[in-house]
Amino acid sequence: MTEELERMKEFLSGYDGEEVRIMEICGSHTAAITKNGLRSIVSDRIKLISGPGCPVCVTPSAYIDRLIELEEKENATVVTFGDLLRVPGSSKSLSQIKGEGADVRMVYSPISIADFAQNEPDRQFVFAAVGFETTTPLYADLLCELTERKIENVRLLTSLKTMPNAVDALCSGRKENGEPLIDGFLAPGHVCSVAGSCIFKPLAEKYRIPFAVAGFEGGELLTAIYGAVKNRGIGKVFNYYTRAVTESGNKKAMALTSRFFTPCDAVWRGMGNIPASGMKIRDVYSRFDAGSEGLSDDRKINEKCCCGEILTGRRTPAMCPLFGSVCTPASPQGACMVSEEGSCRHAYPYRAAARGK
Amino acid sequence: MKIVMAHGSGGDMTRRLIEEIFSKAYGNEYLSQLEDSTVLPCETKIAYTTDSFVVTPPVFPGGDIGRLAICGTVNDLAARGAVPKYVSCGFILEEGLDAELLKKAAESMALAAKEAGVLIAAGDTKVVEGKGGLYINTSGIGFVYERDVKAKNIRSGDAVIVSGTVGDHHAAILGARLGMQSVSSDVAPLNGMVEALFEAGLNVHAMRDVTRGGLATVLCELAEASEKHIEIDEEKIPVSAAVKSFAGLMGLEPVYMGNEGKMVIILPAKEAERAVGVLRMCKYAENAAVIGHVYEPEKEEKPELTVKTALGGTRVLDVLAGEGLPRIC
Repeated sequence: MTEELERMKEFLSGYDGEEVRIMEICGSHTAAITKNGLRSIVSDRIKLISGPGCPVCVTPSAYIDRLIELEEKENATVVTFGDLLRVPGSSKSLSQIKGEGADVRMVYSPISIADFAQNEPDRQFVFAAVGFETTTPLYADLLCELTERKIENVRLLTSLKTMPNAVDALCSGRKENGEPLIDGFLAPGHVCSVAGSCIFKPLAEKYRIPFAVAGFEGGELLTAIYGAVKNRGIGKVFNYYTRAVTESGNKKAMALTSRFFTPCDAVWRGMGNIPASGMKIRDVYSRFDAGSEGLSDDRKINEKCCCGEILTGRRTPAMCPLFGSVCTPASPQGACMVSEEGSCRHAYPYRAAARGK
Repeated sequence: MKIVMAHGSGGDMTRRLIEEIFSKAYGNEYLSQLEDSTVLPCETKIAYTTDSFVVTPPVFPGGDIGRLAICGTVNDLAARGAVPKYVSCGFILEEGLDAELLKKAAESMALAAKEAGVLIAAGDTKVVEGKGGLYINTSGIGFVYERDVKAKNIRSGDAVIVSGTVGDHHAAILGARLGMQSVSSDVAPLNGMVEALFEAGLNVHAMRDVTRGGLATVLCELAEASEKHIEIDEEKIPVSAAVKSFAGLMGLEPVYMGNEGKMVIILPAKEAERAVGVLRMCKYAENAAVIGHVYEPEKEEKPELTVKTALGGTRVLDVLAGEGLPRIC
């Protein structure tokens, strides 16, 4: 560890000032914070809170239900990344229907579906296209491939989100005493590498909250947390991930995205409808859409589930009455307990020490 | 030649398949008894285990389903301190299977059995409808002598050793499926290495073959079974550079990745350095390392596995949740 990192670590572990609440809004950050044991390093007065940064966790149940319907009623093969498989819809998950014989395939890259479709021209394929600014260019790339190869038996069911307006909703959140709910953000490194760190500038200025753009190594996260704590009250974007992030982002990826997608309102699981916080396939390419509009129904499997409050930083996972007893990775009551990037999933191993905190 | 249903009929085609593939690969005095069951000599208490192998693809960098089927069972026996002696193998073949692939798998089994010093003493073949898949079940018998190796023997103050780099098999299988063949599987028989530990007079308390679920899952199970805390040091866990970058790319953690040639060994701390010295002289344990220690939980604390991170933080590790990587072995 470098001397500078050692010094920052010492500051964060010895911090005894006013409580400061730092929220990360990227699922990979949630995972990396746990992996590096960062909560055990920083002082109790620095609260590291997981926001709505895991794409699977903010996808409403109607979306999962529609995927299941596509397989069961329309006989389409559902192709997905692994993290969506076990996410519960209102009655079943993809993993469950797969167990019952449904054709659900897991892939590591969306492009795989183009090969499936070409090899099985008589089958209909649907890709479960979930993600943020980071993943949308991959779907745009897929659509590009489908049009070039003239593949017509693939559609996308999209639930694509964009960060700024959702973060705006978080920023305006207040505690009971009127103070802001969040004192600083770890800005998502991957999202910023595509969309540019500039996307958070208006929010930083509007709410006078620091946005610390963070990488994914332990040291990079520690540096960004230090930056967010030190710059509390300063409305600026601080880029601590300069090896990947520029102010203006990846123009090529953004151009590809906007060729196929256009902004729309989106329902975030547990947070409701947020204007202009999503992306949908442009009308000219609507033949590739598997019925993604209007999937707004967001039903809880268990009425006591407080994913919404957890995703917005109003409660910790351990404050949920279901956490660790009814809701476990083996019997998840919400996506946050299933996803590799879910806040409850990451809090679960600490359940004994965290009870009620 | 492709396998057809008649190869499983029990008649002439089955006999020809046995003669041309299995007997050629590993015929021996016990198999050639050709009775309904094999009668075997035995000197001591035995360890007995069974395992089934469904890996896809059946041939992968560093090995194939045949080598895996022998090593998996041999290592389960070795993990109890048993000396593996006899192995049975049951083949389930799907119609359409390429006979060359079957032949290759049988030959790898023979080679691995020879290397591990076990005799293939019984076998069976069935054919089912399907798409050319190949599944193998092996059972094994090992001689235990006076050794007593089990999780319940773990004591506070014991050291935790892993016999080499973790995650290689997982990366090899996943890499092969994705068409990125950068890592070789570690599939290997570990009974020679285990024997070396006993020959050196080391007091091995417990061992586990670190397969599916990875190092973290195995250590969680050992913590729970022994009712002790285990703490490991992230920086001491051996991971090859190739696996490290593969895992980074795929969002995987090496401690949760599967292996097929790695053993966790728990013994008194004062013997740890000598044990690592013995292991590093062995063919499949050049990178053996002490990675952690065992300590007593406070009253009413549940046994836990924790890892000290490179940054100096502490993290609690649970058993692997969910599917991991299906059909890895």
